[in-house]
Amino acid sequence: MTEPLDHPAARALAERHRLRPWEAIPWLLALGFYFAFPKHLGFGTELLVTVLFALSLDLVLGYAGIVTLGQAAFFGAGAYTVGILAKQGIWTEPITGLILAALVAAAVGLGSGLVLLRTQGLTLLMLTLCTMALLEEAANLAHDYTGGFDGLDSLPIAPLLGRFEFNPLYPTTQYLYVLVVLFVCFVFVRTLVYSPFGQSLRGIRENMLRMHAVGAPVRGRLVLCYTLSAAIAGIAGGIWAQANAYVNLGTLGLDRAATVLIILVLGGHGRLYGAFIGAVAYMVLSHFLAKIYPTAWQLGLGLLLVVIALFARNGILGIVAALGRRPAPRATS
Amino acid sequence: MIAGVDIASMLLGGVAAGMVLFIVSVGLSVTMGLMGFVNLAHGGFAMLGGYAIALAMKHWGFGFVSALVFGFVVTAAASAVLERLLYARLYGADELDQVLFTIGLVFMIIASVTLLIGPENQPLALPSFLRGQINLGIIQYRAYSVVLIAIGIVIVGALWLGFERTRLGAQIRAAVDNRRMAESLGINIARLFTITFAFGSGMAALGGGLGAEFLGLDPQYALKYLVYFLIVVAVGGLGRVTGVFYAALLIGVLDFALKKYVPQGGTAFIYALTILLLLWRPQGLFGAKAT
Repeated sequence: MTEPLDHPAARALAERHRLRPWEAIPWLLALGFYFAFPKHLGFGTELLVTVLFALSLDLVLGYAGIVTLGQAAFFGAGAYTVGILAKQGIWTEPITGLILAALVAAAVGLGSGLVLLRTQGLTLLMLTLCTMALLEEAANLAHDYTGGFDGLDSLPIAPLLGRFEFNPLYPTTQYLYVLVVLFVCFVFVRTLVYSPFGQSLRGIRENMLRMHAVGAPVRGRLVLCYTLSAAIAGIAGGIWAQANAYVNLGTLGLDRAATVLIILVLGGHGRLYGAFIGAVAYMVLSHFLAKIYPTAWQLGLGLLLVVIALFARNGILGIVAALGRRPAPRATS
Repeated sequence: MIAGVDIASMLLGGVAAGMVLFIVSVGLSVTMGLMGFVNLAHGGFAMLGGYAIALAMKHWGFGFVSALVFGFVVTAAASAVLERLLYARLYGADELDQVLFTIGLVFMIIASVTLLIGPENQPLALPSFLRGQINLGIIQYRAYSVVLIAIGIVIVGALWLGFERTRLGAQIRAAVDNRRMAESLGINIARLFTITFAFGSGMAALGGGLGAEFLGLDPQYALKYLVYFLIVVAVGGLGRVTGVFYAALLIGVLDFALKKYVPQGGTAFIYALTILLLLWRPQGLFGAKAT
């Protein structure tokens, strides 16, 4: 028998994964939003999809430390899976459609991850960027299936569970559907990052060499993480396509990939709830500012990024955590 | 059948485009190789230089050549200030922080240019002696493309001499290969970084001005061509002047030929080729093996 759990550090480690009372707040707020703002459910749906997408990036960037600029490749793969299947009249049932979207995105993630994750640093960054650009170009070329630049619109999506119609004007079904899917995915990701697998991802992020040295299957873990993250991003893309009954090339673009990166970092990466905080902060700001002053919004966003990179490396949640702690001696890097 | 004249004109056009790619990307390659800094704002510096050159010619009565010099100096000076004040804080930081910082910088550059000058394309009028055709014996070709090639050859020659034959060049090469060792030998790395960064940005400005004739010049320039510059650097190898030169020519000719003969899907081919190439040689075609 080794040390029992009476040491404070051991207890802290053992209780890290326990649910805390405040973790109910985001979900209560999301439900409250449904009743409080019935006119803004379209915005709310978009917000929840963004949270889901940012969550997928958090898994690969925040926990495994893989810096990628190509996460939208998987979002787009999922969205086009739903879009093409619906447009061709092959498959319109939403829930199984999402599973298919996740499978296709996971396949893309596995295929690209197997080769990309052999590299590191700038090469890896370039390869993620090129893979996404390649997919975007391919979607543009396969005009007959993807609608090319114009995309696919008015997708026929069957009613949820055979009963609840997706109404584009009153997206009540969409909102609750996305909320449930987000919850399921969140529980999965939360369980994953506190599992031994999640711990080993953190180990790889902190010191890859040492993880190699202790015999951890580093590459296999990274590929698995990349694939799971791709599947979740595919679900986000698929559900986006279902909720909007629409797919276009923008789902695969650098804009979307950069935006989700900004959102995650704004909220705080490697912290699960950073995706929520970042998405809310970004979407609300952009909802009110971007439409009125698009250029000033871009200027402010750029300034915000520069400030985050220079002074607030852990985002909003990092600032909150730092305020809650006693002031530590300044770390030098 | 493709006639010999077609091949010649394709090569000329592609090489001219490649020269511009080289002039813009060489600074990116050296700063990435030297400082290990992922500078996504490099396209922004090229764009700022292009704007400085276009505005100097349009409003302040500069000639083409003096405007190019002006654009070089202004951009180099501005980037030196940015390097000392901001970039220097992120040397050795996470790649993620560098990526965020430089994306933020690009956004700010794009927004500032849109606010101050406007979102429309800035025409850059070439002087009369660069317009029209030139007789090259076998074919008539656009004079400007031929001049671009000549400028590119002069620049790559000068850079090669500067890199291989001067004290500063030797210091840069030493720092790219082994920064710690170079530092221990008493090379002032901080000064070297600033000089190289400013010079690289100045070159980008030159490329922005020289290439404006066929790449255009609008606020989206900073992001639109970034992937191309990055591909050239990644294929050429970090911190390798000659590597970047060959890579730029390769990409320039390929892109030109593909756009002409396979207008659909040409770009996809370049992305696919880059992926394969980087898988085969992660350090680039001409880069040294990572140590």
